[in-house]
Amino acid sequence: MAVDMNMNILIVDDYKTMLRIIRNLLKQLGFNNIDEATDGSMALTKLREKKFDFIISDWNMEPMTGIQLLREVRADAQLKDIFFIMITAESKTENVVAAKQAGVNNYIVKPFNAATLKGKLTSVLGPF
Amino acid sequence: MDKGGADAELDERLSALRAQYGEKVSINELADIIDGILLTLHGNISQKDLEIYQEIESLVSFIRNAKNEIAALCPEEISTEHIPIATDELDAIVQATEEATGTILGAVEGIEVVASELGNAQGDKIAEKVTSIYEACNFQDITGQRISKVVNALRHIEEKVEALAGAFGEDVRAASDRNRQNKKKRESAQEITDEDLLNGPQFSDDAASQDDIDALMASFD
Repeated sequence: MAVDMNMNILIVDDYKTMLRIIRNLLKQLGFNNIDEATDGSMALTKLREKKFDFIISDWNMEPMTGIQLLREVRADAQLKDIFFIMITAESKTENVVAAKQAGVNNYIVKPFNAATLKGKLTSVLGPF
Repeated sequence: MDKGGADAELDERLSALRAQYGEKVSINELADIIDGILLTLHGNISQKDLEIYQEIESLVSFIRNAKNEIAALCPEEISTEHIPIATDELDAIVQATEEATGTILGAVEGIEVVASELGNAQGDKIAEKVTSIYEACNFQDITGQRISKVVNALRHIEEKVEALAGAFGEDVRAASDRNRQNKKKRESAQEITDEDLLNGPQFSDDAASQDDIDALMASFD
């Protein structure tokens, strides 16, 4: 099935620079509907106000971290099926294991490049 | 073993101290307590008592030297000046790199628009390079996180230094304050050297603007 390039994507990061970089790279890949949040709790508010298809989130944020956001999303009957990719500098095995156990769809380690982002999106959504 | 003489007196003295201070005493009180014990040691002193006496005496001397050395280090200076300056400098690095990265991204976004307007092979090549610049700008997030870790480590050291200074009590703090005052007096009495002028970049709140500099330069005319 073709990937819907108009799907709603929420990117979550406390660094505005990173939000801008990820947004620009997603636009280059052809995605049009991108929204932003600067931590997990702001993301949750947005997720409950509007339908999103994909979340790309940092891990290390305050007050709500990316892993907490992931657990909240997976525990919520309305949100649990949203695709979730973690993009983070946390690269220890225990982090990856914890994210996998919490239900992450894929995991990208910072610094990352456009090819890695596209590859991980493809692994979750299929080729586009 | 004979519990009379020095041993009995020592036991009596230790019981009295225990009653006065409880089971735990601060480092600050320790030297005084040991001094107090030594003063009670008289009369029928054995070779063993003498060895204990010498050991305790060297312990008193060691504690006093340690207190003097810590006071000379001016531990408050570490927590009130050096570490706050270091953390402020690191915060300024994060802010400056964030601003610079924002400027770079703004310029690159403009180039990307031009590349899409070109819409040919050259435009594609430019777009490819634009992607590389976006990727490279990742550094700002990574450096920011690394610097945050360093700032947290410095704050941890600051807490430990404060605890150490507190454990050695008021007299160490007072001696440290005196040392700091004396150091400042010595520094202010000295001529400004070339090294004193190597202050590095100023924080934006403290920095003189180009207009300030121009005005100052003009004041010499």
